[in-house]
Amino acid sequence: MLVSYQWLKNYVDIEDLSAEDAAERLTRGGVEVDMLHNRTEGVEHVVVGYVEECSPHPEADKLSVCVVDTKSAKRTIVCGASNIRAGQKVVTAEPGAVLPGGIEITTTTLRGQESQGMICSLQELGVEQKLVAKEYQDGIYVLPDDAEVGADAVAEIGLRDTVLELDLTPNRPDCLSMLGVAYEMAALLDRDVIHPDTAHKESAEHASDHVSVQVDVPKDNPFYGVKVVKNIVVGPSPQWMQNRLTAAGIRPISNVVDITNYVLLEYGQPLHAFDLDRLGSSEILVRRAGEGEEMTTLDGETRTLSSEHMVITNGKEPVALAGVMGGASSEVQDDTTAVLLEAAYFQPARVRKASRQTGIRSESSIRFEKGIDSGRVEEAAERAASLLETYAGGEVLQGSVEVDHRPAENKKIETSAGQLNGLLGMNLSEDDMLSIFRRLRLPASAEKGGIKVEVPTRRPDLEREVDLAEEAARLYGYEYIPTTLPSGVTTPGFLTDRQRRERHMRRFLESAGLNEALTYTLTSREHSSRLQLHTLPGKVDVSLPMSEERSTMRTSLLPQLLDTVQYNRNRQINDAALFELGSIFIGEPGGTLTKQPQEKTVLAAAVTGWWDTHLWQGEKKKADFFVIKGILEGLFNELGVASEVAFVRSSQAELHPGRSADIYLNGTYAGFTGQLHPSVEKEWDLKEAYVFQLDMDLILSYDAVSVFYETVPRYPAVTRDIALVVDNDVPAGKVERVIREAGGSLLHDISLFDVYQGENLSAGKKSLAFSLVYLDPDRTLTDEEVSRAHDNVLKRLEEEVSAELRK
Amino acid sequence: MIDRLQELGREALEEIKQADSVKALESVRVKYLGKKGPITEVLRGMGQLSEEERPKVGQKANDVREEIKEKLEEKTEQLEKAAIDEKLKAESIDITLPGREVKQGARHPLTAVVEEIEDIFVGLGFQVTKGPEVETDQYNFEKLNLPAEHPARDMQDSFYVTTDMLLRTQTSPVQARTMETFEGQGPVKIVCPGKVYRRDDDDATHSHQFMQIEGLYVDKNVQMSDLKGVLEAFVQKYFGADRSIRLRPSFFPFTEPSVEVDVSCGICGGKGCRVCKYSGWIEVLGAGMIHPNVLEMSGFDPEIYTGFAFGMGVERFAMLKYGIDDIRHFYTNDIRFLNQFKRA
Repeated sequence: MLVSYQWLKNYVDIEDLSAEDAAERLTRGGVEVDMLHNRTEGVEHVVVGYVEECSPHPEADKLSVCVVDTKSAKRTIVCGASNIRAGQKVVTAEPGAVLPGGIEITTTTLRGQESQGMICSLQELGVEQKLVAKEYQDGIYVLPDDAEVGADAVAEIGLRDTVLELDLTPNRPDCLSMLGVAYEMAALLDRDVIHPDTAHKESAEHASDHVSVQVDVPKDNPFYGVKVVKNIVVGPSPQWMQNRLTAAGIRPISNVVDITNYVLLEYGQPLHAFDLDRLGSSEILVRRAGEGEEMTTLDGETRTLSSEHMVITNGKEPVALAGVMGGASSEVQDDTTAVLLEAAYFQPARVRKASRQTGIRSESSIRFEKGIDSGRVEEAAERAASLLETYAGGEVLQGSVEVDHRPAENKKIETSAGQLNGLLGMNLSEDDMLSIFRRLRLPASAEKGGIKVEVPTRRPDLEREVDLAEEAARLYGYEYIPTTLPSGVTTPGFLTDRQRRERHMRRFLESAGLNEALTYTLTSREHSSRLQLHTLPGKVDVSLPMSEERSTMRTSLLPQLLDTVQYNRNRQINDAALFELGSIFIGEPGGTLTKQPQEKTVLAAAVTGWWDTHLWQGEKKKADFFVIKGILEGLFNELGVASEVAFVRSSQAELHPGRSADIYLNGTYAGFTGQLHPSVEKEWDLKEAYVFQLDMDLILSYDAVSVFYETVPRYPAVTRDIALVVDNDVPAGKVERVIREAGGSLLHDISLFDVYQGENLSAGKKSLAFSLVYLDPDRTLTDEEVSRAHDNVLKRLEEEVSAELRK
Repeated sequence: MIDRLQELGREALEEIKQADSVKALESVRVKYLGKKGPITEVLRGMGQLSEEERPKVGQKANDVREEIKEKLEEKTEQLEKAAIDEKLKAESIDITLPGREVKQGARHPLTAVVEEIEDIFVGLGFQVTKGPEVETDQYNFEKLNLPAEHPARDMQDSFYVTTDMLLRTQTSPVQARTMETFEGQGPVKIVCPGKVYRRDDDDATHSHQFMQIEGLYVDKNVQMSDLKGVLEAFVQKYFGADRSIRLRPSFFPFTEPSVEVDVSCGICGGKGCRVCKYSGWIEVLGAGMIHPNVLEMSGFDPEIYTGFAFGMGVERFAMLKYGIDDIRHFYTNDIRFLNQFKRA
C-alpha cells in the first residue's frame, strides 16, 4: 500500500508531523513503513507556463518554437513534443531549474533558435511511464485551464509529496485504505478521524426502476448493492484526483474509472461501474460460474471458468468475475452516460481462488482476498455517487438495490484488565485499557469487573482476548513491558547423548583436517541416482520444481560434495578435504508418497590432492586410501565402535574395485569408502578422489563401548619383532587376526611396521613386519613364557597363512 | 728441592695454560701428577733431607700438586664448556622458519552459530529437538493456525512434494510435534534448529534453503515480560552484554501478540550507521505469545497454559556476527571462505 502523506492529511490532523515522523510512529505501532519516497526532492523553478504562441521551427520539422508566459518572464522555448499547442497551460522548467536525476536546465540554442527553458512531460519530472495518462505518455503534460500561471508546477501535479510504502502483515487489511491508515494514525496520536463527504442529491427516479438484484450464493456474497447514476459525461478527472491516484500507483483513465479507484483507495472498498446501456438486461444475478463457462474480461482475455468461480451476470451471461475484474462487454467507455455502480462484499476465499486460478491480481482482488470492511460498503458507494455527481455531472438515482446477508451484530470480546495484564506481565489500570480502546475506536465498557469490547467490522483481525492484549501493548508501547524471567519450574537443559556424539564427531573431523560443508538438499534427477548408500526404493520429487537442478530431494550427500570439490578445483584450489552431515530422503516404490518419507542422517566426506605438505622440510603426501581409512578408524574410535567395525572389499560400481571397502558395524552394512572409479572421477573432472559415506542413524544408535579404567602396567613388557614372508594375496588383516588369536592373553599389542615387496623376495611374495608386545599385568614375564607364546604364533602363522620367517 | 718443586709447578701451570683440549690436559696431569712424574721423582729424594727440611719440602710438594690439580680442573671445565658451546653453536637453527602445520579443518559458520545458540539456551534450561524436513501440511500450516485459505500462506510459497506434504517452510512445525509428545503437561522448553525451504530465487539476500532456530517455552503463568527477559538474556550473551533489545509489533499466525525483536546496533552503538540502515537497531528475531489455538491444537489447555515462541534465521546471525555480505557463500563452500572459520 502506497500512502500519500499529503492525502493522508485529509483524514487526520498530522500537520505537526513530518512524513518521516509519521512513518516512524506507524512502524513503531506495528504498521511497518518499508520505504519513504520523496517524489521530487530538490526540484525547483518549474512553474506553470501559458503557451501564448506556438509555431514550427524554421530549421526542424519536429520542433516547435513557443512563447511561454511564466509570469516572471515571457520565454522563447523550443519544444519537441507533438502535442504542444498555443493556449495550453504547461509544466515549464525555467533556466536554473534542476530536474530529477540532476538534469540542469539552461538557456541553449537548438538549430539556431535560442531556447530559454524546457516544457516538460510528467516522465521528465520523475513520474513512471506506466502511471502517466495515455494521452500524455508520448508528449508534454497539459495542465487544466484553471492552473495559475507562474505557480509551482510541481505542486500543481501533486509531486510535493512523500509516499509511505507500507509493508502490511496479513492481519491488517484495514490499512489497505487511506481511512484505515488514518484510523491507525489517529489511534496512535489520540486524534480524530475526518470522514470524507458523501452527500449528494437524489433524483426522483429510483434505482430499483432500472435494475433488480438476485444473489444465488449468499455465503460467497453476503452483500451486493447497486446504485444507478445517469447523465454522466465521461472526461478527465480533476487534477488533484489524478495526482492522488498517481501517488498510489494507479494510472488515471477517466473520471468514472478514476472515481471508483479513488474510493477503493480511500475506503478500501472495491467498486465496479458497469455501463448501464451495455449491460444487456435490467437484472443482476450473482451465481457460481458453470464448468467451462467463458467470459471476456476488461483486459481483453477470454477466461474459461469453473464452478469454483463466482460471477456477476446480467441474468444470462457473466458481466464480471466477482471481485477480480469486470467484463469487456459492459465496460465504461467515452460515450457512456449511465452507470450501474456495484458495491459488494465477497468472501475472501472465493476471490482468492479465482485470482489464483486466473492469475489476475487486481487492486480489487487483493483487497477482497484479505478481507474488506463489510460495514463500510454502502458508505463507499455513497461517496462514489457524490464524486460522480460533482466530477462527472451525474444524476444519482434515489436509493440502492441491495441484497444483504451480513450478520446483524458485531462480535464482542469479554476480558478484564487483570487478564490482559497477566498475559503481558504489565500493570495497566482499567482506565488505561479503556482509554486505549477508545483511541482505537473500539466501543468498550467496564462491566461486572471486566471489560466488554465490541469489534467493528473494520478490524476483522480482532477475534479473542489475546488480540486485545496485543492492541493494548502496542498502543501503550512495548518498551513499557518489564523484563522478567519465567517464574515456573526449573528444568535441566542438556544435549541428548546422540546430540553430544554428533558434536564429538564434528570436532574429530575438524581436528583431522576436514572442513565442514553444507550443500543444498534439492538436487537434480541425475545426481539423485549416484553414489547411494543403499539401493533406494524411491525418490522424493518436488511437484513444481523451480529448475531441473533443484527438482528432487537428495539420496546421497556425495554428488553435491563432489560438485563442491569441482567448484574449488575450477578456482585453482586443488586440495580439498570436506565433510557434510545431513539427511537423505527415501521415497516409496513407484514414486508416489503415501506417508512422510524416511529421512536418514548420513555422513559423507571427500578428500583429494595433497594431504600433508611440509614443503621446506621436503615432505609431501597425497591423499590415499589409507588417509581416508585412518580418518574413519579414528572416527569409529571416537564414537566408541572401533572394535565392532570391519572393512570388507567393496563391489560398489562407482568406486575403484581395488581400492574400496564396505564398512560393517557388527555385521550390519553401515557405509562405504574408497577411491572413486576413474570414470566417476572423470565426470567430476577430479584426479584421485577418496570418499566415504556412512549411515549415522545406524552408527549413532549403536551402544558405544564405554570407557572403563584398566590398570596401568606395573611390570615390563617384552617386545618381539618378526618379518613374515607370505603370498601377495594374503591380506595383512588376516595375518594380524591369526597373530591376535594365536598370541592369547599374553599378547598385549601388535603393530605392523613394514610392508615390503621386491628384491630379495621371490615373485608373488611380500614381507610383513610386525612388532608384538607381550605383557602380563600381574607379574614379570620370563623369557621362556614369552618364547612359548611366540612360537605358537609362528606355528599358527605357518599353518594358516603359510608364513615363513624372513631371514 | 723447594726451588725445583717451584720450578715444576710453574712449568705445569704454563703447560695447562697452553693446553687446548681435554686430551692435552690429561697428558699434563699424567706428566706432572703421575707416579712417574717429576714431583714424585723429587719426593723420592726426600730421604736425603734433614728432619727439619722434610716437612717443608713435603708441604711444598703438596701445595704444588694441589695447585696443579686445581688449575687442571678449572681448565677442564673451561674447555668442556667451550666444547658444549661449540656444539650448541653448530646446532643452531633458523627459528623464523615456519613450524609444522597441525592439520585443522573449519567448522561451517552456520554450525558454529547453531551450536553457540543451542548452548546458550541449554544453559537457560532448554533442550534441543529436531523434526522432519518433509512435513505435512497439517503440521507446517494448520496446527500453526494457518488454515488452507489463510492469507498468511501467501508469505511463504513452498515446495510441495504431494498435495499435502511439503518441504517445511519454517522450523515451527517442530513446536507442534514436540508439544504433542508432552500430552498437555508443561513445562516445555525447547529450541529446534533446522533447514527450511521456500520458493525463492537465490541471490545475495535470498536462498531457497536456509536455517532457522525455533524456540518454545510453555508453562503456567508465562507472560510476555518473560519473553522479553529470556530474549534479552540470550541477545546479551550472543551479541554482547552492552546490547539492548526492542520489541516492535508484528504478525505471525501462530503467536499473539507477535513482535519483531531488534537488537541495538553493535557497529555504531545505536547512533545509526550503514549496517543498521541508520536506525540504530537491527532486526534479529520474530517472537510472540503462543496463540491459544496453537496450544489447543497441540493438546495444551490455553486456560491453564501460556507460552512464548521465537524464531531466528541462522544465516542472518552468522552474517551479522562475521560480517558476511552474501547468503550464497554459506552453500557454495569455497574453501577460501570455509578456512576463515577455523576459530569460529
